[in-house]
Amino acid sequence: MIRQITIIPGHGKSHAPESVPRIELNMGDVVSIVGPTGSGKTTLINDIELFANGDTPTGRRILIDGEAPPNIYREDPAYHPIALITQHTNFLSDLPVKSFLSTHAQIRSADPQNVDELVAQTLDFANQLTGEPIILSSRMTELSGGQTRALLIADATIVCNTPIVLLDEVENAGIHRTRALELLRAYKKIFIFVTHDPRIALLSDFRIVMRHGSITEVIKTEAAERAFAVTVSRLDDALSRLRNTIRLGGRLTQEDMAGLNAFGPASAEVGA
Amino acid sequence: MKLVICAGPATVGKTSVLRHVARKLIAAHHHLAFLKIDVQFADEDEVFAQEFEIPARKAYSGELCPDHCSVLVLGDALRWAEGAGADILLVETAGLCLRCAPYVDGGLGIMTMEATSGMNLPRKVGPMLSLADIAVVTKIDLVSQAEREVFRARIKEAAPAVRIREVNALYGIGMDPLVDHVLQTPDVSEGLMLRGNPPVGTCTICVGKKDVGWQAHFGVVRALENQNFYRGE
Repeated sequence: MIRQITIIPGHGKSHAPESVPRIELNMGDVVSIVGPTGSGKTTLINDIELFANGDTPTGRRILIDGEAPPNIYREDPAYHPIALITQHTNFLSDLPVKSFLSTHAQIRSADPQNVDELVAQTLDFANQLTGEPIILSSRMTELSGGQTRALLIADATIVCNTPIVLLDEVENAGIHRTRALELLRAYKKIFIFVTHDPRIALLSDFRIVMRHGSITEVIKTEAAERAFAVTVSRLDDALSRLRNTIRLGGRLTQEDMAGLNAFGPASAEVGA
Repeated sequence: MKLVICAGPATVGKTSVLRHVARKLIAAHHHLAFLKIDVQFADEDEVFAQEFEIPARKAYSGELCPDHCSVLVLGDALRWAEGAGADILLVETAGLCLRCAPYVDGGLGIMTMEATSGMNLPRKVGPMLSLADIAVVTKIDLVSQAEREVFRARIKEAAPAVRIREVNALYGIGMDPLVDHVLQTPDVSEGLMLRGNPPVGTCTICVGKKDVGWQAHFGVVRALENQNFYRGE
């Protein structure tokens, strides 16, 4: 069982060496990678997924439990301990949800009873992340964007059961992020989020900061900063409610305004 | 001369895979030649000639099956590549009817498939997959982890001995092990043999008999309610 992965820094786009010490991610850690678009976040994720060994453009190296990963990870994809979900990842199958999940669970588990259990767990997990529950008989291609993201995450976490899960900007599709983080923490894995979302970053154990292709800093989420998470989540939820009201054809009321005023006087916004 | 034959359906990324492999082989000071075999249109030879300045050419199979064409021209192609100073010949071919495979004994056979083709593809492609040394799966970033794993399991089911390489050919991710496989391939010797058995060779339709209905044909035929059977002398 994997306990730890280590990122040994390489160099950025300008070939200047990265100015951070080696980064250790331990089982159970939730980590964010932050930085502007084009700063190298996805490249870092790729380095991890590939177990870079000085052979990628960044020169970084990835160790598993302090050592170079065994060849079998590269030799046989079935042993690969990483699940990757990117912003482009999608389900292409048009099977009904139940047959799809069962097909996947069957190749992961020989025991038919366990297959049904895995499918039930996956569905339960996904339904806690999404507003509209997923129906087992609907086809994969009929799922909404949010349901699809929720099921991708649930399937990677429960059926794949890989010790490391990489999630590249999955937050844009309307899933309950706070709930997702809570649920994920119950599974002892290393979760790495590439994210622009302050809520996910603040709920992470630490965040890796990227700039111009380099890792420039590793920031541990201290208590003072973590305290922001509550307000950020409320602000985010308040915005979601407004979004939902408008989306469902409603009108915003004085009550909604009062809710927003809790975050500060409206005049500050007007003056900005 | 090392011989690498890369087969796979159209537009799956065979050329992209070979371009990344070629770049790395050239960086390791190897001399390459490139041959594309296709039915009626190909411009990959120009791509390789321009990008890498290596000897590159194409052969159109036209009326012939591309695998059939490959068997016929491969001997000449090896001599051409040798004459051009190459030590590795890369052949890209569009295997089409899925009844045979273009790989030869002693060469490296690479089958290319895209993960986006659906989870049943490995069950459908027959000897092109089962006789390959390596199955390269492209476009892996576009499908769910679940479909990627099912795809992989079905390759293993169809071809237990094949080595699977998952790559992102757009960014050249996952190519190094492929290059290692090429380098570990021994030089081919004289008297090359096709790796698999060709499909049934007496096809009355292929020789121009157009009448509909098995009663008008001979050799190996079949009726709707029957398995294949032999009719004739």
